[in-house]
Amino acid sequence: MKAQGRQPQTLPQKLIARASGRDHVAPGEIVSCQVDLAMFHDSSGPRRLKPMLEELGASIWNKDRVVLVMDHYVPAQDEDSRRIVRIARDWAAEQQLPHVYDSVGICHVVLPQKGHIRPGMFCVGGDSHSPTGGAFGAYMFGIGATEMLGVVVTGEIWVRVPMTLRMQWDGRLAPGVMAKDMALHMIGRFGMNGGDYQAVEFCGPAVKALSMQERMTLSNLSAEMGAQAGLIAPDQTTREWLLAVGVPDAEIELDDWCTDDGVDESVAKTFRFDAGTLAPQVAAPHSPANTKPVGEYTQVPVNVAYVGACTGAKLDDLRAAASVLRGQRVAAGTRLMVAAASVQDQRAAEAEGVMGILRDAGAELLPNACGACSGYGGSIPDGANVLATTARNFKGRMGSATAQVYLASPYTVAASALRGRITDPREVMA
Amino acid sequence: MSTTHKVWRFGADIDTDQLAPGAYMKLGIEGIAPHCLEAVRPEFAGAVRAGDVIAAGPNFGIGSSREQAAAALVQLGVRAVIAPSFSGLFFRNAFNLGLLLLTCRGAGELHEGEQVRLDLQGMAVVAADGRRLACDSIPEFLLDMVQAGGLMNQLRRKLQTQK
Repeated sequence: MKAQGRQPQTLPQKLIARASGRDHVAPGEIVSCQVDLAMFHDSSGPRRLKPMLEELGASIWNKDRVVLVMDHYVPAQDEDSRRIVRIARDWAAEQQLPHVYDSVGICHVVLPQKGHIRPGMFCVGGDSHSPTGGAFGAYMFGIGATEMLGVVVTGEIWVRVPMTLRMQWDGRLAPGVMAKDMALHMIGRFGMNGGDYQAVEFCGPAVKALSMQERMTLSNLSAEMGAQAGLIAPDQTTREWLLAVGVPDAEIELDDWCTDDGVDESVAKTFRFDAGTLAPQVAAPHSPANTKPVGEYTQVPVNVAYVGACTGAKLDDLRAAASVLRGQRVAAGTRLMVAAASVQDQRAAEAEGVMGILRDAGAELLPNACGACSGYGGSIPDGANVLATTARNFKGRMGSATAQVYLASPYTVAASALRGRITDPREVMA
Repeated sequence: MSTTHKVWRFGADIDTDQLAPGAYMKLGIEGIAPHCLEAVRPEFAGAVRAGDVIAAGPNFGIGSSREQAAAALVQLGVRAVIAPSFSGLFFRNAFNLGLLLLTCRGAGELHEGEQVRLDLQGMAVVAADGRRLACDSIPEFLLDMVQAGGLMNQLRRKLQTQK
């Protein structure tokens, strides 16, 4: 798979070329791709797919390539939720699905923790934050349930080959600044549809310096930029993660999964950013694109500080929050809620004392599920000012139409919980 | 081609949580559709009639992958959504469910309540006073999908011919 004598291609082009069985694809072409992995959850999956499959009299094209994660309606809080989860469990048993993860965390975090996402793959997910898989150098994007049915029956899906928007981050992030801040900054600059359903590639030294979970935050939020996929070329950091989750070394292929030197403007556009001068960012109600440096919002009182979701409650996010809260308690009148993104992350955080720090600071612990982020496990009071590590602050999204939801990094959310108002974490950490 | 469609005007950035609110997502589409767009226009779901069209601002359908956002509009009988730009994910979902989306730079020139025609051969929205608003072309296979009533119907046919 060496690039000798071949016209330079971007990482997304190479991934789509491989999946469509071609040597080369060009932006704008519509091609049919073979799907390596299809992920869906209890909300987008069985309750929609089962009746459609039965109506068609069709079966799953390849069960080994399907992963089901129960994360939206667990733990079930009412009869409707119980019914939805029961359909998922019964169908998983009836179909004898080999890869089912029930109530152990949020799909986008569980998938890589179980070693399902590898460089070079072409994957779809029944959830808009599916681009998270792009952090591992896989082309992964979200689709709806009917389109998922098409994949489940045929193993194929069409794509229009995207342009590659390269987000080149030079320099190095300052202490107290995270991938979430980089992402919010880009969403603010380009807007929620600025990605124009093209493929984003995050690159440059500041991206290479990020941990795997921080990279996942960038890829996750490419959804909020309106990109189809958000990729990062795999490297030694990727390899170490894959080895740690049990992927055999011989199966890890890194070499050619990168954008070639010399790609021209017909396939890629590059945008440059300086990580060193980036301040913590806050997105104000009701759009992730409504982003400014944290200093613009320091008068805003915080009633609820929420560390949760695939975007903002992975182990590295919990560590960041704990590093700010260590030995302190949240402000009177401010509730801190923490929903670790997976059981595995929560256990690791427990083992290294991170959960203890959060509990001692006054955090209420919530289940390892999507919960309040999507308004499925509504615990956000009406009229409250909420500062959350989540991905989306659309009006009403967290379950209350009158809540004012701001988005920020785990550092900023933790610092703000301490002071009871939106706070620059660099003041607290100094 | 003489069929006319009444226009409902919406602004920019209509998101999937407005089209299919999370709180009702546990229900079937019959339970979700009555709440479609209630956060921005509470009267819409009750007053829209089969064959009506939506003309909206840029970025229609941003947010979630939930196809109920498109399905709710189909359920309410919306014939098409006309907007300068759509979320790419919503765009796929809409065609998969048989909902026509017209990418039309001039969508903002359409007025609330006016009657328009859709010219899919010429790819334009035609207003009662003869104004023609050009729309981006749509790949043939997606137009076929809308005409078939969505991907489900296409798959049904494909599987039947294989038997």
